[in-house]
Amino acid sequence: MPKMTNDKLLIVLAAGAVLSIAIYMLYDLNPEIFFYQIPSRIKRVIAIVIVGVAIAVSTVIFQTIVKNRILTPSIMGLDSVYVFIQTSMIFFGGASSAILLNTHANYFISMALLTFFTLFVFKFLFRFTGNNVFLLLLIGIILGTLFGNLSTFMQMMISPEDFLVLQNNLFASFSAVNEQLLTVTGIIIVIMLFFVLRDFGSLDVMSLGRDHSVNLGLNYDKKVSQLLIIIAILVSAATALVGPIMFLGLLVSNLAHELFSTYKHFYTVIGASLISIITLIFGQIAVQFFFDGGVELSVIINLVGGIYFIYLMLRRSRV
Amino acid sequence: MINVRGVTKSFGEKKVVDDVSLSIEKGKITSMIGPNGAGKSTVISMVTRLLDKDNGDVLIEGDNLFTKPNNELAKKISILKQSNHLELKITVRELIAFGRYPYSKGRLKPEDNEFIDEAINYMELGEFEDRYIDELSGGQRQRAYIAMTIVQDTDYIFLDEPLNNLDMKHSVQIMQILRRLVREKNKTIIIVIHDINFASCYSDNIIALKDGEVAVSGTKNEVIKKSILEEIYEMEINIQCIFGHQICVYFDDQNGDGIDDDPQEYAQAFAREQVRA
Repeated sequence: MPKMTNDKLLIVLAAGAVLSIAIYMLYDLNPEIFFYQIPSRIKRVIAIVIVGVAIAVSTVIFQTIVKNRILTPSIMGLDSVYVFIQTSMIFFGGASSAILLNTHANYFISMALLTFFTLFVFKFLFRFTGNNVFLLLLIGIILGTLFGNLSTFMQMMISPEDFLVLQNNLFASFSAVNEQLLTVTGIIIVIMLFFVLRDFGSLDVMSLGRDHSVNLGLNYDKKVSQLLIIIAILVSAATALVGPIMFLGLLVSNLAHELFSTYKHFYTVIGASLISIITLIFGQIAVQFFFDGGVELSVIINLVGGIYFIYLMLRRSRV
Repeated sequence: MINVRGVTKSFGEKKVVDDVSLSIEKGKITSMIGPNGAGKSTVISMVTRLLDKDNGDVLIEGDNLFTKPNNELAKKISILKQSNHLELKITVRELIAFGRYPYSKGRLKPEDNEFIDEAINYMELGEFEDRYIDELSGGQRQRAYIAMTIVQDTDYIFLDEPLNNLDMKHSVQIMQILRRLVREKNKTIIIVIHDINFASCYSDNIIALKDGEVAVSGTKNEVIKKSILEEIYEMEINIQCIFGHQICVYFDDQNGDGIDDDPQEYAQAFAREQVRA
């Protein structure tokens, strides 16, 4: 019975997530700074759970809509836009600019622009490409390269000191998360998740495609628009909080599909979220305890995710 | 009864469907025939709201199609399009269960499972029900999709080229199942079909489209006529009555002996060959 194993798998992953969090919380505790360590670690765990779930859920749904397992919002150029926004702030305002130093302002401006960009790309692309995945991917990569090059251009012009400050903002990091922003992001993401998680059934129907969905009475076009808005907000909030982790969504969504091998979103969405948490926690453990903060978390995740991405491409091309 | 009134659709400059009006009789099988590009699929896509129409009205038993809630409509009419390839890990039974979505919203009740079991028996899919659909042959998959449409339990069932990918045996089997659905459950079935002999043998009414317009519409005996079909398909078509069915013979003169265009002449030539052998 495949259903039994999927249920068990979900329990195993949940246990794995709890265990990894426990390891992170308890590793190398120092009684002398206990009251500093515990709250700081709790804060990071919360940030990891919020961001991990947001990225996992949004990627799985996005891939259901575009019917492709290689496209993710990050790969569609979202991360490059984040880099572009951060670079522009330094370029036009300087490292000491009020906006950059004010984490709140930085967060809200980034999030608003990212959401706006994502919605624009989604709306525009879906209308003019007729959901042609290859065209979508191509345009996404071109937009990504465009914003990437604009950023590089500006980075060449700023002073080395400014660049150092910028670089700090460009790597995803759970170490320096602002508490108030964490709360705001948490609230935003929980609200968005509420809309998604109460209706796995319609997501399952949508994976059959537009014709079948309409036939089965689903208001498909409206549903797609709503979900794209939710995805844009989820990804933007997560990215604005900690920075871009390009291959995380791709990695966890594909692993979830591979492990559960089902069309049921109950398993793939929750499974991907748990895998995401486990991946980030172990990444954080590696960064914090083994590399002593010398390596950024996003570098590790992107290394693993990137290799997996290449593996997926190679396997696809053989089939 | 479904009434389509003055429906029009253009893609860019090209008018694909031009002011089409037709009516579909309840409790009958209606076939839509016509050359490629005649607008058959476009018409049924508009009638089943898969495609927005530019103009016109579709009335189902007097009600305007587009004023009904989507979910209620999904219990009234169902549509199966011709190309169905899914990259999903989904078993035959799970796929068929999707047909109950308008009723169950994904939570299957015992009566839903009864419908699913019945459809699996109807389509003879019992031995495949737990197989993944990407492991099936084209014909088996097509039967699974038709079973999904059957469990939706709608009064009107639209099938866009349901015999695609099917061999003769399964084509006949499916047409017989469709006749059974009409006979036993009083369903109304509308199929787009290319094989005019299947249309002639198994349907009650035929609607022929050409260049986005209705060329002719009526009972099958009114439509399966040499003069009418030759005009629609722009080729020579001979019609013979075999076992009480009007059968269209439209062979090309492939061997170049100039005789097989006319079946009677062909039969005579065949008899001569037999005698000589």
